Amino acid sequence: MTTPTTPAPAPAPAATGQDAPDVTPAAHGTGDHFDQDVLPTPPGATAALLRSLLVPMKARVALTTTLLLFQQAAVQAGPLLVAYAIDSAVPALRRDDLGPLALVAAGYLLCALASGALQYLFIRVAGRVSQDVLLDLRGRIFRHAQALSVDFHERYTSGRLISRSTTDVESLRELLDEGLQELVTVVLSFVYITAMLLWLDLGLGAAALASLVPLSLLVRLYQRRAVKVYRLRSTAVAAVIVKFVETMNGIRPVRAFRREAANEAEFGTLNHRHERRNGDAILEMARYVAGSRLVANTAVAAIVLWGAYRVADGGLALGVLAAAVLYLRRLYDPIDRLAMFLNSYQSAAASLEKIAGLLAQTPSVPEPEAPRSLPAPRSGQPGREVVFDGVRFAYRTGGEVLPRFDLTLPAGQTVAVVGSTGAGKSTLAKLLARFYDPTEGRVLLDGVDLRDLATPELRRGVVMVTQESFLFSGTVAENIAIGRPDATREEIEEASKAIGAHEFISALPDGYDTDVRKRGGRISAGQRQLVAFARALLADPAVLILDEATSSLDIPGERAVQRAMLTVLKGRTAVVIAHRLSTVETADRVLVMEHGRVVEDGSPADLVAGTAGTGRYADLHRAWRDSLA
Amino acid sequence: MSTTPALADDRSTVRILLRLWPYVRPVRTRLLVAAVVAVLASCIGLVIPLVLKWLVDGPVAGRDPQGVWLGALYLLLLGLAEAGLFGLRRWLVARPLAGVEARMRADLYGHLQRVPVAFHDRWASGQLLSRATTDLMLMRLFLAFPLTFLLVNGVTIIVGVIIMLLQDWMLGLVILGPAVPVIITCVVFERRYALVARRAQDQVGDLTTVVEENVLGIRIIKGFGRHRSQARAFRQMVRTLRGTELHKARLLASIWAVMTTLPELAIGAALVVGTVQVADGDLSAGTLVAFLSTALALRWPVDSIGFLLAMTQEAATATERYFEVMDAEPESETVTAGTSTAPGHEDDGLRFHAVRFRHPDADEDAPYVLDHIDLHIRHGESMALVGATGSGKTTLTALVPRLHEVTAGRITLDGEDITAMSRAELRAKVAVAFEEPTLFSASVGENVLMGADGDAGPAELDRALAVAQAGFAHDLPEGTGTQVGEQGLSLSGGQRQRLALARAVVGRPRFLVLDDPLSALDVHTEALVETALRRVLAETTALIVAHRPSTVLLADRVALLSGGRIAAVGTHHELLRTNAEYAWLMSGADRTGDEEPGAALGSTGAMEEAHR
Repeated sequence: MTTPTTPAPAPAPAATGQDAPDVTPAAHGTGDHFDQDVLPTPPGATAALLRSLLVPMKARVALTTTLLLFQQAAVQAGPLLVAYAIDSAVPALRRDDLGPLALVAAGYLLCALASGALQYLFIRVAGRVSQDVLLDLRGRIFRHAQALSVDFHERYTSGRLISRSTTDVESLRELLDEGLQELVTVVLSFVYITAMLLWLDLGLGAAALASLVPLSLLVRLYQRRAVKVYRLRSTAVAAVIVKFVETMNGIRPVRAFRREAANEAEFGTLNHRHERRNGDAILEMARYVAGSRLVANTAVAAIVLWGAYRVADGGLALGVLAAAVLYLRRLYDPIDRLAMFLNSYQSAAASLEKIAGLLAQTPSVPEPEAPRSLPAPRSGQPGREVVFDGVRFAYRTGGEVLPRFDLTLPAGQTVAVVGSTGAGKSTLAKLLARFYDPTEGRVLLDGVDLRDLATPELRRGVVMVTQESFLFSGTVAENIAIGRPDATREEIEEASKAIGAHEFISALPDGYDTDVRKRGGRISAGQRQLVAFARALLADPAVLILDEATSSLDIPGERAVQRAMLTVLKGRTAVVIAHRLSTVETADRVLVMEHGRVVEDGSPADLVAGTAGTGRYADLHRAWRDSLA
Repeated sequence: MSTTPALADDRSTVRILLRLWPYVRPVRTRLLVAAVVAVLASCIGLVIPLVLKWLVDGPVAGRDPQGVWLGALYLLLLGLAEAGLFGLRRWLVARPLAGVEARMRADLYGHLQRVPVAFHDRWASGQLLSRATTDLMLMRLFLAFPLTFLLVNGVTIIVGVIIMLLQDWMLGLVILGPAVPVIITCVVFERRYALVARRAQDQVGDLTTVVEENVLGIRIIKGFGRHRSQARAFRQMVRTLRGTELHKARLLASIWAVMTTLPELAIGAALVVGTVQVADGDLSAGTLVAFLSTALALRWPVDSIGFLLAMTQEAATATERYFEVMDAEPESETVTAGTSTAPGHEDDGLRFHAVRFRHPDADEDAPYVLDHIDLHIRHGESMALVGATGSGKTTLTALVPRLHEVTAGRITLDGEDITAMSRAELRAKVAVAFEEPTLFSASVGENVLMGADGDAGPAELDRALAVAQAGFAHDLPEGTGTQVGEQGLSLSGGQRQRLALARAVVGRPRFLVLDDPLSALDVHTEALVETALRRVLAETTALIVAHRPSTVLLADRVALLSGGRIAAVGTHHELLRTNAEYAWLMSGADRTGDEEPGAALGSTGAMEEAHR
């Protein structure tokens, strides 16, 4: 599989004086491609993609073409047999010679059976080719989307990604299922029929060939116009999808804030735009069909006129004219189907371009070429040492989040990171989890650069639990097992017990086998966070990052998490980002961050007392104490 | 979720497709005219061979140059007419059918906004989306092609057969020979294809769901390095779909084979018989040519029946899937009337009277999530709701704006039963901030002002942002005009939560329901929000789900939810002293000894063992 390499698309738009705290790099202002539906696609990428999809199918594509070649030959033999019947069999019969008639009968029988059988084979083989290409493409989009970094996903909206892998793949399916067959059939029948006509009569054949000139001009014209129309249409449908998905996923606030009418108006606008574009596309097609028919029918009339003239002159056999007329009708018949092909080709090309644009995105967090493995734990403890070595981080669009810093977290240490929203805590965590790579410097795990670790190794090393606890459809057990897919049911239950989730899971209708339905509609946010913890516990990483992962937990839940860290996860290196000082208090060390810098660093007790209670942490601590009062 | 399998036997394609009638009705005239135009065009196609016959038997045989010119002129005129009618037909239906599709999509969207929230809990949005896109397109294609062409082809075939019978009845009968087997094949095909088509469409829906989940849950997948196993699972589903599609291809291949072979055989037979007749002088060469030409002209109408039926079948399945969703009952408007107990209770506040709740699709004998809730929040009072994780706090809050319906009992606002007012009216009175703050693709300002009734201006916006400590909004690239949500700037959880809070308070609602509104805020911001929020709460009746003492302290009193009931009500300090469960929830002071690893933790050693 070839992944076209391109420079990371980042002609950074001048930082628009923005730099709002904790704003993830997202589309704003002008000049960011993520505003548009089509990502910049390197020239030729679309064609390269199509080629790379079809090349593995070479043999079978050749087979389908051969099948069609024979099938069309069988189909197109008919009129020839008619000519033979009229010009040879009739006179022969009058001489009581049944031979030629028997030949006609046998020939027709053979052709009929052959064309049916070949048709059958063709559809089956072609279906297989088309399905295999789709299988390949779906897999590629899926894998690529997953390989792309979190920061890509934050910018490219989920709705777009979904329409890439659904409607856009669907339009390629149409091209493969119907379009390509049409094209090959059309081309083959053109070739055969023109050849037959030339063979029957050079003049008539040449005349038929000449008629192809205006037809091909018409096709070109249509194609050029249709490209635009189809691109507009698929952009319009993507907008409809985004709005649709957003509404369905946010149905609760939609209801609670009576957004129904406003939404309907907005959706109506988008839907109407799509309707116009859709209509434009269909009308473009109508113009083409009418135009091509016009040319074809005129050509038939002209050729018949000339042929009839020559028969009248005695320059042409009647049977030949009859066959020529039958062929002519067939010559232009597939013109509509050519339009259908162009139709599906246009929309597939537009879709393929978008898919190619997506696939051309290089993961900003690439897999290592030559992965290294982590050394055996040094201290005999399960935790590992983390070193931020001259790390600086800035978004590609500009805006420095973390100025250059060095930081060492010894193995087994529990480090709490506090600071106000936008201080850079999450960015620090994401660098450690390798959701982002640093702009400068390295993040080392027991001396190994995270960039040198293959994913499985990395995830045995570092796991991050965030505050958003998404559940996948499937059972509760399956959701926990994401932490370690080969875990037994006992291990899953142990992990849940350790985190205090066992009780509620057992109380669910089917216990661990309860289907969480659509994104866990019935499981509360706190419970989902417990499931997320159980998952992390099961993964048993050397370094655990908790990014505000206890925000929805009640205090007993939070205590359970702390207990688990002291027991099950004892000795692991832990980075805890928390708003709750209750969590922070149990840490070995506290980092206070502000504007991307660590401004205080010490044990909780030291920070409260050390600077005579004037530090920021001491302030926070006091505020928290007060809140408990 | 994979939805109900096709209702095998008594489903009739026609009956299902008839459900499209209300949408087709407004454009019926256009469609009808288009069909007539198509029939005309198609019949012209059948007349052309007759002109050819006349040409061959008359002027050509009689060596009459003028007649030849005339014949060619006729051909040209007919050809022009045919081309014109072709274009006309498509022009007639283009806009109307795009309109039908759009109308159906708008209706689906509108309907989905009005079905109960529980419906959305059951249906994956991927399944809904595939109905709004692929299925609707299939229905439009059905209206554009099979609907017209099954009719047109039928008429064309009948007219063609009549023409052939008139020319030579024996040859006509020969041509008609395969009619019966063709019809039988079609019927058998239609049955089988329907089942497979339905299965394929459902599998596509499931696939969409997986894609969507993997996009939305990308951080978890990346965080655990699970993209390989996810890709494997995905691959499995894609393979299954491929299997189904190949099954479809097999069926299609069979029908195409039959539809190609049988008519071709009939034409061959007609040719043989015709040749004999011409040799015997019973038939003119021109008639034979015309006859065969007509027969060939019928090839396409006959051939295409196979794929037209396949399209019809897919459209029927799509229609069925579409109406599965459309048939879901929308939230009924104002169920009861007249229960507004005492109109005099203007300042009665929010009351729960013996409220019970169980999810509507739960088993009859399943325990109630909320068993017996009696709670009175007085006018202007704010009440914190505390309970263990999963005790039903969020469910309880969802009952107030009627996102879920109480199973028994009632809820009154100022003495008026919430079922006695329209949902719009109710939801205008009650503002909610959800635990998961969702922002929509709109500007920050629009997102916040959604909570007000349209008459709120910049001043209100500023006030709400100030209460929620969401001043950061002013510093965004385009201030409060900055686009957020799916298509805009992504904000942090804390920022989203503050905007959601601003949205809840912007309309100065009479009743406020806050579900753990400060969970994602840091201590410092939380303290600032609390100070500001206190002023808002002073003039509002509020129910606040709380996990922490700091949030509880915002409220005047606390209610403890336990075992589906309100176990205790009082002030924070009262309950801390008197209620063990409350003290446990609020301080984490473990009832069984704090730092002791409990029984549950004893077994974790074994787990550690297992890991080594």
